[in-house]
Amino acid sequence: MTTFEDAESTIAQDTEGGAGNFVRNLALSVRHPPKVIVRMLKNPVSLTGIILVLAFVGIAILAPVLAPPERPAEPYRIPRDGYLAEPKPPSAEHPFGTTEGQYDIYYGVIWGTRTAFRVGVLITVATIIIGLLVGTMSGYFGGWVDEGLMRVVDIFMGFPFLLAAITLAAVLGSSPRFDRITTGMIALIVFGWTTYARLLRGDIQSVKERDYVMAARTLGASHQRIMMRHVIPNSIFPTLVVASMDIGSYVLNFAALSFLGLGAEPGYADWGQLISFARNWMPSLFDYWYIIVYPGIAILLFVLGWNLIGDAFRDILDPKLAKSRR
Amino acid sequence: MVAYIIRRLLILPIIIFGVTILIFGMMSFLDPGQRASLYVAAIPRGAGELDEIIEKYGLDDPIYMQYFRWLNGVLHGDLGFSRTGHAPVLGTIKRYVPASFELALWAAVPLVWIGIQLGVISALNHNKAIDQILRVFAIVGWSFPTFVFGLLVLMIFYAKLQWFPAGRLSDWANQVVLSAEFTRYTGMNTLDSLLNLRLDIFWDAMRHLILPIITLSYVQWALILRVTRSSMLEVLRADYVTTARSKGLAERVVIDKHAKPNALIPVATVGGLVMIWMMSGVVITETVFNYRGLGWWVATSAGQLDVISVLGFSLFYAILVVFGNLVVDVLYAYLDPRVRLE
Repeated sequence: MTTFEDAESTIAQDTEGGAGNFVRNLALSVRHPPKVIVRMLKNPVSLTGIILVLAFVGIAILAPVLAPPERPAEPYRIPRDGYLAEPKPPSAEHPFGTTEGQYDIYYGVIWGTRTAFRVGVLITVATIIIGLLVGTMSGYFGGWVDEGLMRVVDIFMGFPFLLAAITLAAVLGSSPRFDRITTGMIALIVFGWTTYARLLRGDIQSVKERDYVMAARTLGASHQRIMMRHVIPNSIFPTLVVASMDIGSYVLNFAALSFLGLGAEPGYADWGQLISFARNWMPSLFDYWYIIVYPGIAILLFVLGWNLIGDAFRDILDPKLAKSRR
Repeated sequence: MVAYIIRRLLILPIIIFGVTILIFGMMSFLDPGQRASLYVAAIPRGAGELDEIIEKYGLDDPIYMQYFRWLNGVLHGDLGFSRTGHAPVLGTIKRYVPASFELALWAAVPLVWIGIQLGVISALNHNKAIDQILRVFAIVGWSFPTFVFGLLVLMIFYAKLQWFPAGRLSDWANQVVLSAEFTRYTGMNTLDSLLNLRLDIFWDAMRHLILPIITLSYVQWALILRVTRSSMLEVLRADYVTTARSKGLAERVVIDKHAKPNALIPVATVGGLVMIWMMSGVVITETVFNYRGLGWWVATSAGQLDVISVLGFSLFYAILVVFGNLVVDVLYAYLDPRVRLE
């Protein structure tokens, strides 16, 4: 911690004038992120999270090496070894065994990592963008815009998230317009953005009355400029960082949709879809443990990784708890 | 306080109106043939017959006319016909409510109570080993997909050890419950069996409930723990706690009498929301354990694309949530005077 302050004062002493100010500002602006990152790396809990997520990034990148696809044109189709109904235990040929219908579990777990990242990142980005649009408009303009948009948020929040997503996925699935993965993602996006809209609105409201925003307004800056240059950068970054860790929980909910038969279709490399095969083998589940255990561990560790990082972030950014850590 | 409640009550119709629009909006994605389930029990196969029904119920009318006709039906308790329930949607919901309510009630005790205890322990040992262990334990639960945890528990305790069965009752118990000498007061097996003085049935029903309760609690503890911990930490630094300590009060008294009551206010809100959430029949848990309640029925309907059932339940449930939220907010305002003054 002292190193940064030292560096800062040295810079301030050594250089004067415009260039010096620039360097000084640069040093100031990078001062906060590294502190957070250093603390995350020191804490064993968040470090575990970072390692887990990086490991999955590695698996996703190396998927073609770890599990070469039989048909490179469609790598997300899990290769089948015959059509026999009964699942087969792990063997040399199928390290994690096969599901009902002889889909290779190992292949599904490896390529499922890519599906997880794609689904998680897409949903997170989409929900944050919608939440950002609604939240900034609501918080910045206030008045009836705010009132109207927040009532819309209330209406969407009237539905519990997973139930709402199940409903919409069933509706969209009953007359197919998109493939099933897209259907599942749309369902989660449509009902996922509301929390961000509400949080960001609060953030914006808290900074929009500050003096520097007033000053910009007095100088005749446009709404867009005030929003982009003054309000957004100063209010919402912590919220955005925390929100980006929701990738894990979206993957969790998407897996639940797949498990219910509303996400990825059978045979697609997706963790939830692999586990859904277990539903047909309940009484003798213990003999077919590999259907649940391997894809289950994959989902658990993936979600856990993101949640551990997110939890550490939330703790660091929670101003109420800031004092107690000194 | 009164003004606050009145303001909330004024917003209520707007929200409910919005909810019906949203549900109807989703419904309009369906083609007229599927929407026929709103009015008739069995959709006829012949093309001519279907056209007759579409004509009769105006399923090709302008959308706003259809909306008001549908809304009128909903206000009279007509949510359409459930293909999976073989009965009207509202009747099917009524049939499954006791099972889900029973599960939610039983699960709430370990979930909320133990969750609070863990949160308090965590806060009192801030940043010590036990705090870290409890938090990791809770985050692992939070990261566990409900169906993976449920299936693992089933695999061990049902398929391998055969300690706890799946479903809601064993066959023999089910026969007793359905027989003439057993009076079904509430439809909740645990309560009814006690009222009928049948401890064997009570024990059987409990055995079926234990695994779903464990699953529900474990995946949700993190939420309660986090809120309790963070709120407790904040309160422990408040001036009145310092005052209480400097008066020389015993630490136990400081925590139980001064810190806890105030720290638990936000927990009450979250606890209320968790209860509402659980009444959604906890779709996944009921499905995994084949526990036939609302959630199981919704998952089955969704899987068979019986969309009218799913939408009917969503509407029913959303209205329940809107009222539930109102109760929680009013309760919060009652518990915390600061909210009232805003």
